[in-house]
Formats: sequence, C-alpha cells, structure tokens
Amino acid sequence: MTSGLDLRGIAHRFGRRWVLRGIDARIEPGQVIALTGRNGSGKTTLLRICGTLLRPSRGTGTVFGIDLVKEPGSVRELVGMLAHDAGLYGNLTARENLEFSLRMAGRTPDATAIAGALERVGLKREASDRVSGFSAGMRRRLALARLLLRPPALLLLDEPYASFDVDGIDLVNGFTAGIARAGGIVLVATHDLPRVRPVMDRELRIEGGRFVQAGLEASEPDRFVGAVEEDAGR
Amino acid sequence: MSGQWRMAGDLIMDVSIDETSPRQGMRAEWSRIAAIVWKDLTMERRAKANFNSVAFLAALILLMFAFAIGPDAETLRTAAGGVIWLTVLFSGVLSFNRAYEQELEGGSLDMLVLYPGDRRAIYVGKLIANLTFLLLVEVILLVVAGVLYDLPLLGIALPLSLVVFLGTVGFVALGTFYAAMASRLRAREVLLPLLLFPMLIPLLIASVEATNDLLSGSAMGNVGGWMRLLLVFDVIFVAASVMAFEYVIED
Repeated sequence: MTSGLDLRGIAHRFGRRWVLRGIDARIEPGQVIALTGRNGSGKTTLLRICGTLLRPSRGTGTVFGIDLVKEPGSVRELVGMLAHDAGLYGNLTARENLEFSLRMAGRTPDATAIAGALERVGLKREASDRVSGFSAGMRRRLALARLLLRPPALLLLDEPYASFDVDGIDLVNGFTAGIARAGGIVLVATHDLPRVRPVMDRELRIEGGRFVQAGLEASEPDRFVGAVEEDAGR
Repeated sequence: MSGQWRMAGDLIMDVSIDETSPRQGMRAEWSRIAAIVWKDLTMERRAKANFNSVAFLAALILLMFAFAIGPDAETLRTAAGGVIWLTVLFSGVLSFNRAYEQELEGGSLDMLVLYPGDRRAIYVGKLIANLTFLLLVEVILLVVAGVLYDLPLLGIALPLSLVVFLGTVGFVALGTFYAAMASRLRAREVLLPLLLFPMLIPLLIASVEATNDLLSGSAMGNVGGWMRLLLVFDVIFVAASVMAFEYVIED
C-alpha cells in the first residue's frame, strides 16, 4: 500500500442542502484522524462517502490508490466501519453474527478466530446468546469483534465511544492505534475529542462543508508506548 | 502489516490488516447468496411473528371475501382465482416490507451494502428467502381457500402448484426489488403497494386466468398458454430487477 486516502473536491448534497462543499485532504498511511464539527456538519456524510455508502455529488478521491467513485467494489475490500448502529441481527447469536459477516466478506468462517475475537472483546461466555438480549455496550463490543476478524486498511469510526465503558474505550483505542501502526488509516468522527486524543495524529474540523482546521497535531506525540512491529512483507 | 499498541506496558491490541483478497467469482457470490438466505430464514424461524401474522391475515382475507361474495357455492368457485391471488398480493406486501425492516432496525442495511462483492447477491438472497416464505404461506392459504370455497384442489394439485410457483416468482421478484427501493423512505409501507401493484397487473391477469382455468376444469392447452406467459414475465422481472438493484440499494 503506497498512497493513503486522497480526497479531491468532495461535495455532497441532500436535496437542496449542500452538506459538504469541497473537501480536500491527503492522509498518509499510519495516521489516525479525528473528524470534528457541529451536529450536521457532515462528519458522518464524509465517512459514508469514504466507505462508498454514499456517492459524492461532486469530486472524487482514492483509497490506497483505488478510485472511490469508479471502483467502489474494490474500495469496500479495504474498508471497515463502526457506525452509530452496530448493524447486528438480534435473532442470531453473537457467533452466528460473526460467521455471517465473514461469509458476506468472502471469507470462510474460522471457529477459532471467531472464539478469539469474542474473547478479546469480553463476550466469550455470550457466544451462543442471541444478540437481542445484549445491552448497547455489548452490541458495540460485538461490532468491534467483527472488525477484529477482518482488520481493515481504512477504518471508519462514527462516534465510536458511545455506550462503551472504560475497558471498551481502551479496546477501541487499542484497535485504532494497532490499525495505524500496521499502516492503515483511521478516521474517527467524534464530539469526544479527549477520548481520541491519546491515539490521534491530527484533528480535521468541518465547518460550512469544508475543513477549516487542518494539521492540528495530537498533544502527546510520543503516546505510543512499547513495541511496534512492522512486517512489510505481508 | 501488523502493529501493536501498548498502554502502561500492557499489550492491548495486536493487529494485522487483512490484505487477503476475498473469494471472487460466481462461487463466492453464491456463497454470499446462501448466507443471506440462511440468515433471513433463520431469523424468521426464530421470530415466527411475521409468518404467523401473514398467514393469519391471508386466512382472514379469504374469510372476509367469502362473506362478501355470499353463500352460493358456484359464485364462490368462480371468484376463487381472483380472491386467492389478491390475498397473495396483500400478504406478500407485508412480508416484503418486513424483509428490509429487519435490516433497517439495527442499521444492518449499511453493513450489508458495505461488504465487498457484487451487491446483486443481496437481491438474489432476499428473493430466494422471500420466495420460500411466501410459498409456505401459500400452502396454508390454498388449504384454507379449498375448504372455504369448496375447491377441487387435490385433482389439480400439480398444475396448480406450477401456476402458483410461476406467479409467485414474478411477484416476489418485483416485490423484493421495490421493497429495496422504498426501504430508505419514510412512508415505505404506503409507497410499496403504490409502486408495486400497477406493475403487477399483467402478471395478476395471467395468474388469475390460469388458476380459474384449472379450477373450472378447462383444457390444459389454455392453462399452458398462461403458464408460458407467466414464465416470460418471470424472466423479464428477475433479469430487470437484478440489473437495476445496485442503483436502488444505494442511500
């Protein structure tokens, strides 16, 4: 993976209202970007465009060299998202949700990997329970387990700290930093800047449909404590 | 590539970005289709609420029509074809709406369209699941209709099954497509029949005529003509819906 995320003149409107009016950004691999802005400023819209859930009204971009607009199917192979809603099925068990997710992603479900992911998010004992009985925080943990099974090169997090306890927030930040250190890119749309600050590289603020504040560095540049592995051969 | 994140000396996460390519080609798409069929039918089997309510509604509609038409056995038999297919239509609309509602409830529709691969697999999976569901409802519906309208179903079971199957395939093909189109709209429950029913008129006429011909003991030649027409509708509806699905499922 050479280039990261490159957005050129991204604009989007819902009806007559332009939410994004021209977003330009170049984000290098290995960065965690906090997207901030008021309610309705277009943070989620930008995430959805980067994930190919929305086609931009104008502009284009590339994700690790792949065109967002012309090759959305290929972009989706690189993207993972933790959205407002966990996107789980209540009448399936936690394990079944993960198996379904892997099948839809074109992978063969691996029972050991699924058990490992559930253990990592603290849901091992609930593996055979239906998700309809889960709390909001447990659902978010299961959604995180889904990402752990297929760590994406471009991770899109929309208000990721909602419903999580302290351990859950550490899990999200641990995963976020892990993706970045592995050469991926993480976009975190949030109102809760202090939570993401320990792992973020830059804050990009959206106002009036454009970035108004770019390149603000994190307050703790040496926040990565401990070992960093990079195996470029994979 | 892999990376580790440590906080206060404790390893919290060890991540390797998944750079393996997903399975490609028709086998991979059929695997996705099978996953959706399994998921939809498993959820339906566990919830049961949808099947029970749709089957009950179908029986109720048949009963109400029987009361409205009156006690004359000959009149009831003459009207039976039309009543059966209108009941199928009303019952089907309920189940199509439900098929996408369960995706919208937990934000699953976004996740579904975010998976790599051909999005048309979602349509085909939902089509097969809806078809299975509606065919099961129709078994109950036909038994109830046989009793209420005094229909000689046993003697025509095989050709009638074929007519019902062909009519249902076309109906479900369009219903699944329009339900996807209406799924992100606020007034989807109202919009779906408004969009769907006008498109179904040719299919409805062919299905009703074929059913009436069978019930009245008409020559198989007439029924065969209607069945060929139904087959043509099925091919057109399925092909057009598969080709256009990618555009309607986008937000």
